[in-house]
Amino acid sequence: MEKYKMHILICGGTGCRASASEAIQNNLQDALKAKGLEEEVQVVMTGCFGFCEKGPIVKILPDNTFYIEVKPEDAEEIIEEHIIKGRKVMRLLYTDPEKKEVVSDSKHMGFYKKQIRIALRNCGFINPENIDEYIATEGYAALGKCLTEMTPQSVINEIKDSGLRGRGGGGFPTGLKWEFASKNDADQKYVVCNADEGDPGAFMDRSILEGDPHSVLEAMAICGYTMGADKGVIYIRAEYPLAIERLKVAIAQAREYGLLGNDILGSGFNFDVEMRYGAGAFVCGEETALIHSMEGLRGEPTVKPPFPAESGYNGKPTNVNNVETFANIPVIINKGAGWFNKIGTEKSTGTKVFALAGKINNVGLIEVPMGTTLREVIYEIGGGIKDGKKFKAVQTGGPSGGCLTEKHLDTPIDFDNLLAVGSMMGSGGMIVMDEDDCMVSVAKFYLDFTVEESCGKCTPCRVGNKRLYELLDKITEGKGTKEDLDLLRNLSTVIKDTSLCGLGQTSPNPVLSTIENFYDEYIAHVEEHKCPSGQCKALMQYVIDPELCVGCTLCARNCPVDCIAGDRKEAHIIDTAKCIKCGACMEKCKFNAISIQ
Amino acid sequence: MAKIKLAKSKVDKLVEICKSFNNEGSELINVLHKAQETFGYLPAEVQEIIARELNVAVAHVYGVVTFYSFFSMVPKGEFPISICMGTACYVRGAEKVLEEFKRQLDVPVGETTEDGKFSISCLRCVGACGLAPVVTIGERVYGRVAAGDVADIIKEYQS
Repeated sequence: MEKYKMHILICGGTGCRASASEAIQNNLQDALKAKGLEEEVQVVMTGCFGFCEKGPIVKILPDNTFYIEVKPEDAEEIIEEHIIKGRKVMRLLYTDPEKKEVVSDSKHMGFYKKQIRIALRNCGFINPENIDEYIATEGYAALGKCLTEMTPQSVINEIKDSGLRGRGGGGFPTGLKWEFASKNDADQKYVVCNADEGDPGAFMDRSILEGDPHSVLEAMAICGYTMGADKGVIYIRAEYPLAIERLKVAIAQAREYGLLGNDILGSGFNFDVEMRYGAGAFVCGEETALIHSMEGLRGEPTVKPPFPAESGYNGKPTNVNNVETFANIPVIINKGAGWFNKIGTEKSTGTKVFALAGKINNVGLIEVPMGTTLREVIYEIGGGIKDGKKFKAVQTGGPSGGCLTEKHLDTPIDFDNLLAVGSMMGSGGMIVMDEDDCMVSVAKFYLDFTVEESCGKCTPCRVGNKRLYELLDKITEGKGTKEDLDLLRNLSTVIKDTSLCGLGQTSPNPVLSTIENFYDEYIAHVEEHKCPSGQCKALMQYVIDPELCVGCTLCARNCPVDCIAGDRKEAHIIDTAKCIKCGACMEKCKFNAISIQ
Repeated sequence: MAKIKLAKSKVDKLVEICKSFNNEGSELINVLHKAQETFGYLPAEVQEIIARELNVAVAHVYGVVTFYSFFSMVPKGEFPISICMGTACYVRGAEKVLEEFKRQLDVPVGETTEDGKFSISCLRCVGACGLAPVVTIGERVYGRVAAGDVADIIKEYQS
């Protein structure tokens, strides 16, 4: 690496690649070649930088210049101005929306200031397809330390002392889990990495695997060492082709370097990793269901006990951890439990990665210390609500979580606090909603998901969630009654209490939390038959204000079903019987003459 | 559904796929992935041959195929359109985009247009939430799609 004077890092995450980051890479390389600089400046495609909203991102080292929304045709100017003449390309720099100042170094950007990157330490920094770059950032040092200086029990103790809890959502202490698996004797044991990220709107695990696959491989080997397992399996969604590709490259390189395989680092410890592909079933995030899927069966959960630590994959002791949990392990070993447990809160140590999305200015991937408040995340890191709208709710925990409101904004985020306010940490999806979102519809959206994803094995989940969905549908159609709200509550409680696995035990949370926090909105739907946010189609009508309409005919020309009538320069009228409520007219009207009633 | 008679070359290909996984029943999902990659979908006859080769019940194969949303028993269109229905896309208006695709192509979700050109499906989060709402057609990703863009997108593939 020393021979290059400068490095140009390009985000190779899924979002930026969709916006042509590969073409940017090619153009940069061509431009360097044309100037004879290819020996002095290296172009690297890295993992996700996190600031997806402003992608594609290009970063220049050593001066740490952060270019946003770069287009392939900007490549030449970057080389000409920045690399050769040493002048920053001002128009591609980030402008702080509040202070209106240009910020060239990402360290000083609001989005990054409050972040501490542990699990994401190498994402957007190293080339994920080059093991040497991982090794140069202390990669595989933790594995070396464990194998040569530590006993399996002392590694387990270190993880226990760190206070690390499972990042997949459950929050079970990782060290304890490892200890259980280590205490069960068997001729064969397995380490499984759960990379079946099924929560819609969450992409943490995918970004880690795309940006830093070796950290997961290293941690799996460490886990194997503690419990006496020589086989690791990564269960990954087939919908993640880029992550799969990068893992394949990483596994091959680690084998070539002797960091996977037999007699790793001369210690006599053997460990190898293979991959299994998921096929699109949310319930497979539950560990017993995941194990069945790995065995080629339908991904249905089974009752615990027996826990996988006793009888898991192929009936052997198995330890299942999530991607982000694993990504924390090497750092804990390198820096010590005492360093890690000072970050975060007392009962939830360390950091958490969140996929921040929805109606927020800075959509992206963030990592913050536990105990950061929702307000800090949404307003300081997230840059507030899009288009100056009013904040309404933030949904955490995906289909298992709840919608939190204004009054929860100062809640410090950790496992226990989120549970206490009726939501949960989940895997880290965080969706922000504004005044235009109807909370009944949001609850219905999640139930639609759960109904589709319920495996059908136990009745409360299979039948109960369907009934919840139907009740919500009835309410959004304007046919609900107040009694339906009580029924929703009762049924939700029954489903939570009687379902077999985590899916059914948490699926009513979106319903319960929205009834609790947005009761008025439910009442408006069932008593006044109105949707206050104007989202429920059955409850709204598009109308043209004759005072404001100038008769420009734009709406009529854009109406897909020709239901707007009127002569030029005269007020138009919408035929509500024919209107399909698509909203195209309102979008096109330049005079704000069309509104929803 | 109508039975499709498989050509011998296709049967041989399936036998070969099963063999590459040592004809082990526990490899069923991997075999199905490979078979779908080869044939584009998994009709009943393909499932029957896989069951025979792996020595498991056809009902078991069918049970697994229908359990996982990634596996399909109907052929996809030449240009498979997928609309992301992840939460991030949903709150940024993915539903309206989906409605518009359905309306313009006159085909419900999960089915293919009569000319075999387009099929519509929903998927759960491609992880490009910064570009929400997202639509993918084949390998191509379209970001920040509005209902008004749908006609132009379809036009790209109609010539």
